Amino acid sequence: MPRNNNIKKVLVIGSGPIIIGQAAEFDYAGTQACEELKKEGIEVVLVNSNPATIMTDKHMADKIYIEPLTVTTVQKIIDIEKPDSILPNLGGQTGLNIAMELYESGFLNSRNVRLLGTSSEGIKNAEDRQAFKDMMESINEPCIASKVVTTVDDAKEFANQIGLPVIVRPAYTLGGTGGGIAYTTEELSEICESGLRLSRVHQVLIEKCISGWKEIEYEVMRDGKGNCITICNMENIDPVGVHTGDSIVVAPSQTLADKEYQMLRTSAIKIISALKIEGGCNVQFALNPNSFEYAVIEVNPRVSRSSALASKATGYPIAKVSTKIAIGYGLDEIKNEVTGKTYACFEPVLDYVIVKIPKWPFNKFKAATRDLGTQMKATGEVMAIAPSIESALLKAIRSLEENLDSMEMPKIKEYSTEKILESLKKVDNERIWVIAEALRRGITIDEIHNITTIDKFFISKIDRIIRMEEQLKTQNVDSTLLLNAKKMGFTDKVISRLSNIPEEKIKQMRIENNIVANFKLVDTCAAEIEAKTPYYYSSYDEENESIPNKDKKKIVVLGSGPIRIGQGIEFDYCSVHSVLALKKLGYETIIVNNNPETVSTDFDIADKLYFEPLTPEDVENIINVEKPYGVIVQFGGQTAIKLTKAITQMGVRILGTTEEDMDRAEDREKFDEALERCGILRPKGDTVFTVDEAKEVANRLEYPVLVRPSYVLGGQGMAIAYDDVEIEEFINDINKIAQEHPILVDKYMLGKELEVDAICDGEDVLIPGIMEHLERAGIHSGDSISVYPTQTISKEHQDIIIDYTKKIAKELNIIGVLNIQFIISKEKVYIIEVNPRSSRTVPYISKVTGLPVIDIATRVILGEKLKDLEYGTGVYKKSDYIAVKMPIFSFEKIKNADTSLGPEMKSTGEVLGVSKVLSEAILKAFIASGTKIQNKGKVLITVRDKDKEEVSVLANELEQIGFEIYATSGTAKFLKEKGLNVKAVPKIWEGTDSIIDLIQSGKLSFIINTPTKGKESNRDGFKIRRMAVECKVPCFTALDTVQALYEAIKNGVKEQDLTPVDITVI
Amino acid sequence: MVGYLVLENGQIFEGEKIGYDSKETICEIVFNTSMTGYLEIFSDPSYAGQGIVMTYPLIGNYGLTLEDMESKKPWVEAVFVHELAEVESNFRSKLHVEKFLKYNKVPGLQGVNTRKLTKVLRENGTMRGMLTDSISNIEEILEKIKKHEIKNLVEKVTSNEITQIGEGKINIALLDFGSKQNIIESLIKRNCKITIYPQDTKAQTILDGKFDAIVLSNGPGNPEDCKTAIENIKELYKSNIPILGICLGHQLMGIATGAKTYKLKYGHRGPNHPVKDIQKDRIYITAQNHGYAIDENSVNPEIAEVSHTNLNDNTVEGLKYKNKEIYTVQFHPEACPGPEDNNYIFDDFLKIVENRKKC
Repeated sequence: MPRNNNIKKVLVIGSGPIIIGQAAEFDYAGTQACEELKKEGIEVVLVNSNPATIMTDKHMADKIYIEPLTVTTVQKIIDIEKPDSILPNLGGQTGLNIAMELYESGFLNSRNVRLLGTSSEGIKNAEDRQAFKDMMESINEPCIASKVVTTVDDAKEFANQIGLPVIVRPAYTLGGTGGGIAYTTEELSEICESGLRLSRVHQVLIEKCISGWKEIEYEVMRDGKGNCITICNMENIDPVGVHTGDSIVVAPSQTLADKEYQMLRTSAIKIISALKIEGGCNVQFALNPNSFEYAVIEVNPRVSRSSALASKATGYPIAKVSTKIAIGYGLDEIKNEVTGKTYACFEPVLDYVIVKIPKWPFNKFKAATRDLGTQMKATGEVMAIAPSIESALLKAIRSLEENLDSMEMPKIKEYSTEKILESLKKVDNERIWVIAEALRRGITIDEIHNITTIDKFFISKIDRIIRMEEQLKTQNVDSTLLLNAKKMGFTDKVISRLSNIPEEKIKQMRIENNIVANFKLVDTCAAEIEAKTPYYYSSYDEENESIPNKDKKKIVVLGSGPIRIGQGIEFDYCSVHSVLALKKLGYETIIVNNNPETVSTDFDIADKLYFEPLTPEDVENIINVEKPYGVIVQFGGQTAIKLTKAITQMGVRILGTTEEDMDRAEDREKFDEALERCGILRPKGDTVFTVDEAKEVANRLEYPVLVRPSYVLGGQGMAIAYDDVEIEEFINDINKIAQEHPILVDKYMLGKELEVDAICDGEDVLIPGIMEHLERAGIHSGDSISVYPTQTISKEHQDIIIDYTKKIAKELNIIGVLNIQFIISKEKVYIIEVNPRSSRTVPYISKVTGLPVIDIATRVILGEKLKDLEYGTGVYKKSDYIAVKMPIFSFEKIKNADTSLGPEMKSTGEVLGVSKVLSEAILKAFIASGTKIQNKGKVLITVRDKDKEEVSVLANELEQIGFEIYATSGTAKFLKEKGLNVKAVPKIWEGTDSIIDLIQSGKLSFIINTPTKGKESNRDGFKIRRMAVECKVPCFTALDTVQALYEAIKNGVKEQDLTPVDITVI
Repeated sequence: MVGYLVLENGQIFEGEKIGYDSKETICEIVFNTSMTGYLEIFSDPSYAGQGIVMTYPLIGNYGLTLEDMESKKPWVEAVFVHELAEVESNFRSKLHVEKFLKYNKVPGLQGVNTRKLTKVLRENGTMRGMLTDSISNIEEILEKIKKHEIKNLVEKVTSNEITQIGEGKINIALLDFGSKQNIIESLIKRNCKITIYPQDTKAQTILDGKFDAIVLSNGPGNPEDCKTAIENIKELYKSNIPILGICLGHQLMGIATGAKTYKLKYGHRGPNHPVKDIQKDRIYITAQNHGYAIDENSVNPEIAEVSHTNLNDNTVEGLKYKNKEIYTVQFHPEACPGPEDNNYIFDDFLKIVENRKKC
């Protein structure tokens, strides 16, 4: 079936901000989709609220709307653009839900817009719990005993029938939001209540608990003719019970005989045929480990996180092919780009294994529970490719950047054997290291299997690693043992640590014995057919298949590893743009990264892709083969920056700002010197290593002080200390991980924060614009609402900021990009920090100013001068539009995470609101963030004493426009004295009709709660904030945020009144 | 203990010996890309005379699931794997694969750079090779390899006597050139009673049985070696009995009706070959295991037309004979290992047989 030529203009819906459960994979999928559509000559209209994505780049689509992903806004865009079709299955659950709502309301029909790909009926049959169950029954595919309920009572009744434990799964939510396993009736009520609230259709599924079964996924593909293929299957090392996004996953399945493999494959194909899926689809199964009994868990009728993983695991471009199918092509008409000879209609076979490990944000949330269950908690993931499980597992562990490089976790080695046995029962993010330690203590594979229900095959693989550790500790390390250790994935550093032989000596021994990493091709076909994919992984098997290009200058761009809080998709944006710029300049580009969700790990972005951990040894292996002209580190976030020193020591050129100059920005004393030379002020501070030193400094500077480790991103470990007790707590926290660098203690200054990204060529500086934070200093820049261009800053101060930027950029010999944080306090401008690298704001500022920041920076890095380029120097011209960047949090996914904002970043993503009017831009950003905007209603206020004065003004304003004010006793008393009409609400411990009841009533529009000091999680404030999250009531912990909200709603402007902006014309 | 695989072009691959301790084994070296189903492959009679390289690096993970055997014993001459699992895990596993190989006298190597070996076979074409303990006298080894002839394998694997199996209503004669168990199972499941005949059974003997249909099974080696069978099949062709040919059976029917076969450079062995069913206009993923193919140009259009083609290399994957109820396919509709998508071949064929029966 050839392409449908009636399709001329397609609306692609993106997935919105990065949140837990929906990360960069949809930027990857959406980007591929846009590219394919454009290649077909189809006009592409894109809507996505996430400015950090590559898909929202000017060249990706013909019309780009960075607008809220809501039905109202998308309808407006459809009316403006009049597309003939809509592509719903590449924008994650968000995109799919919106498309379905538009369809169900009859809007699409009324505008003659067709839904591409799977029909709405097919989507509904897959997504709606009951419809899906019915369909499975009709084709004789087994489901787990389950029932859809809409009330807690019905849930209890059904649970009585099938027996506890049961799993609660809310319908139409992503990442299993609100779900969980209930072992008791009380737990059932609790989970069920929150699940019902979170479900778009107010439904939850109560289902028989089959914990301990194998969890197997199939990525399948079907075209409009009915041709079906499976791309890949995957086996979760963690049995059913842990969300697949939180499971360690291997591909292909390892413990299934062909009979089981084919049984599930046939079932998957039967299911997608019945659903008439057109495009990529994911089917999840539970398989009884002791029989052929299986059950279909769920089907995602769209491209998913697993599709991204399967694409990278096999080399098969699922999103691309799905897009082609959506516009009419058959699988037998689409070329397989990997071989260039064969067609997309085949099934990849692997001659390696892949291991995926999730990246969890627990280091950000001290109080949060690390337990893993049916609700996904990971923000990102890493993948590793190797010829053995052992090697892939160790590579993946290195890629996680958790200060771990082996199966040894120092903390766990301290545990008593009793505690180890106890910990084995706990399903959390440290379990594989607990298993490793258990094996070291002589606990048998069988015993561990009995406790964890993890398949013995996988435990035996960890056991092999443990035995290799033992050999390295006790035996003479000869070339045979060394080769075996390398084949198993041990780094020189680990071998050195275990054998007590210096790392240099190990390396030398390797070189003498020709034990070097070779690179193998990911070719989709296990070498059966000659392939062209420039996609490689390392192996210690002989024969290097990566032949370096001798004719071109080669540049390595280091990627940014897994998505985590503080280092998100923005850095992938930067890496990819740098690669594209280098290609244009005629260089051969080489990218190194380990994140399967990203655009950068798409094999046709760079000339060569190395899917490898980002550690000195792993990168050196690549350098040894490629011998590049240089390496660019400044776009890969802290992951790449951390490698600067090691790469310099390898004798390889760092392109752009040098290691020495980067160090001058990070090293406290050197940085102070630099600032002094430029005559720039900065908050007073000092460096310390110990608690006593810190106390001394803090008292000298006078509290409050800002405490933070150096060389981190996202403000990790950063906190404001108000007294000696707190400083002790914070310094001890930071020192839990050995610090190579001193801890910084600075005077905490209250004031306005500003941010600048700039490009410097050593002589001139180009500043795209100045961004102003709405929240005052003290909240991490990534968690603040940021406005471009500045709205409240005087010309004089702007000039100082520009002047300082130029001075410090030149002083630090910056070549490329830099990011500077300023504070204006008591009419004086200070620099808080300088980051000699790309930042979180680069994609956003690039889009709203129209300045291709990374492209320019890359050219400058390669020696071009700003004055010779067409963009000028100094400050770039101000845009007519105002852009408001708003942080997005995933608090509902992380149980017990404190939602109060502070100097340590907590947001997982961001959205943008664009308008010519500030209040409208803010309103758009709030809408895009998912905050339900109400112009009147009930507001609960509970603030600390020092905020009371200020909140009274705000409360007054809110009352004026029709809000009813509720407050806890102290706040209420204060506000009443100010003449406000306030209803006092009893505090939690004051019993019935307390604040908790009020929050649960669902009648509050929002809550204003400023946290009292300290991080203890048992305070009332913490409970209020958590309750707000559970009940989906917006809770603001900074008064400035509420002020912004007030500005946005005070005029009574509603979403319907806002005009979508096509940013390609900015 | 270290062992070596010496290829006839002189290339040497090293590994650790597994399975049976043979001093020297010479065979044709081929690779298979299946990620599961090693046991089905080892026990498929079509691999007689061949040493098999598994491209998937982890073999033996789920141990030995005896009921998955495709015949009573392994027929491969030798196995070459990257890693043989130390601990196997599957609820059906009875034994570790290593013990099974030893018991059945199949030697092998693990720790082999199977990817490199596969590429060598891909580039140079299928070669003979020797698995040996010592490479001290390479000239002598190469001489031996050159002298080694692989002939008349079908005679080795066919059944010696006529047997009957199944209780079904459709009466089938199966000419056994080394049939996989699952061809038989697939027919039994579909209401057939099967009489299995040795490969050299006279056509008349079969015709005398008044069967509803005849199935020509898969089998090893060069189809041109099967001179007797080809002559018999000529006779069967003349009858009006519906015939289904699978793999070698497909090739033999081709030769019997005047077509030619040729040796593929490195064969098709794996679970992922896309085949187009021309009449249905659909692509199915097929399991394959063959070193020879029918030359499309040699097919007389008066006699047969191509019903299936391989989407990757356009080779002939199936023929439909004119004015006859004869259908032959190059791939394995019975799967095991591989996708079950092509079971429809049995369904379609038996529907024709049944309809004819009714008439």
